[in-house]
Amino acid sequence: MKLNALLRSPWVFHLSTGSCNNCDIEVLDCLTPRFDIERFGMLLAGSIKHADVLLITGSCNRQSVERLKRLYEQVPKPCLVAAIGECALSRGMFIHSYNCPEPLDKIIPVDVYIPGCPPKPEAIIAGVVKLIERVKAKT
Amino acid sequence: MIYPLYLLYLIVYGFILTAALGLLASWVDRKVTARVQYRVGPPVLQPFIDIAKLLGKETLIPAGASRLPFLAAPVVGLAGVILVSTLLWVNDIYPEKSFLGDLIVVLYLLIIPSLTIILGGFASGNPLASLGASREMKLVLAYELPFVLAVLVPVIKSGFSISIGEILSFQAENGATALSLAGFLALIVVIMCMQAKLALVPFDIPEAETEIIGGPLIEYSGAALAVYRLMKNMLLCTLPFFVMILFMGGLRFDGIHLLYGVLKFIGLVALITVVRNTNPRLRIDQAVRFFWGPMTLLAVIAVELALLGW
Repeated sequence: MKLNALLRSPWVFHLSTGSCNNCDIEVLDCLTPRFDIERFGMLLAGSIKHADVLLITGSCNRQSVERLKRLYEQVPKPCLVAAIGECALSRGMFIHSYNCPEPLDKIIPVDVYIPGCPPKPEAIIAGVVKLIERVKAKT
Repeated sequence: MIYPLYLLYLIVYGFILTAALGLLASWVDRKVTARVQYRVGPPVLQPFIDIAKLLGKETLIPAGASRLPFLAAPVVGLAGVILVSTLLWVNDIYPEKSFLGDLIVVLYLLIIPSLTIILGGFASGNPLASLGASREMKLVLAYELPFVLAVLVPVIKSGFSISIGEILSFQAENGATALSLAGFLALIVVIMCMQAKLALVPFDIPEAETEIIGGPLIEYSGAALAVYRLMKNMLLCTLPFFVMILFMGGLRFDGIHLLYGVLKFIGLVALITVVRNTNPRLRIDQAVRFFWGPMTLLAVIAVELALLGW
C-alpha cells in the first residue's frame, strides 16, 4: 500500500557523486516539456527530506562517498535508488582510478541500473518504468 | 444538543468538502501550469496520491530542532484552516447562523497558517528554513494592511455590517460588491494579497524553490509535510471562497446561481495560476514596497469611494 502510492508519486532527488555533468543534463532533460515526467506524478524535489527516489550519477569518488552516505541516511524511508550512467554503474573509465575505490552498489543498495554514457532521457524513463514494474511485481 | 451539529459542520464542511475542493483546485493549478508550458500535466488524482504517499513515509526530526513546535506547527495550521473554512461554509449555506463580528474572526484565523509556517521554519533549526520564515514574517506584515483595508469595502457597502451573513444577504439583494467601482478596486487588491497569502509567484519569496529550496518546509518529511501540503491545498480553496463571499455574492445553491458560483471559483483559481505562471519572483523589499505603496493607496482610494457611495 505504502509503496503503491509511492510508485504513483515518486519525487526524485538528483544527486551527483562527481560526474562529468553529462548524465545530470540528461536527467534534467526528462523534466522538459518534451518528456514531461509530471505525467507520472514525478516532481524534482529540492530538499532531500522530500525525496522518494534518488537519481545518482557519477563515479563515487572519495570526497563524495561520505556525503552520499549521509544523504542516503536522510531520505525518509521507504525510498528507491536509481544509478544513472556508466560511472554510477561500474565507475566507467575511472575504474582503475585511485580516487574511486568502490562502485555505487557496494556502498548503498541500488534498485535499478540505467547504462549509457550518458543515457538518453528515453532510456532514463524506460529504466524508471522497469523499476516501477519490478517493485509492483514484488508486492 | 446543538454541539454534535457543529462537530458535523466542522468535519463535513470544514474538513472533507474543503480538502476535496482544495486538492481539486491544486490539480487545476498544476494542470493549467502544465498546459501553459506545453506539457501534459498530472492526472486528476495526483494531489490525493501525493498526500497518501507522504502519510506513509517516515517523519524525520532534525537533531537541532525543537521537537514540540516543529511537530505541532502543521497541525495547528491545519486546524486554523479547518476552522476558518467551516465558518465560511456555514455562513454561506445558512446565513442566519452568522454571528456579529465573524468577519473579524475569519481575518484573524486566516493569519494562523502563515504564523505556523513561520513557527515551523524557525523550529526546524535549518538556516535556509529560518531565512524563509523571516521572509514570510515580512510578507505577512506587508500584505495585512492592504488586505484589511480592502476587506473594509464590502463592510462599508453593506451598511457597516461585520457579519458575513449580512454582507452576503446585502449582496443577494443589491448585486455583488465587485460590480461597483470601489468594490472592483478592492477586489484587485484582495486578489494580489491572496496571491501573497498562498505564497505563489510573484510572492513566493518565503519558499523560493530555486533559491532557498522550499524555505520553511525544507526539513519537513512524511506525515508532517503531508499536513502542510494539505493545509496549503485547503487554503487554495478557502481564500478564493472568502473573496467570492465578500466581493462576488458567494456560492448560492438556487438553480443557475450554483453554476455561476462554480465558474467564479474556477475562474479565480485559474487567474491565480496564470498570474503565477507569467511573473518572475520579486525580492522581499520589492514586495513590501509594492504592498505598502500602490496596493495600500489603491485600497485607501477604494475605501474612500465606498464611503462616498460609489
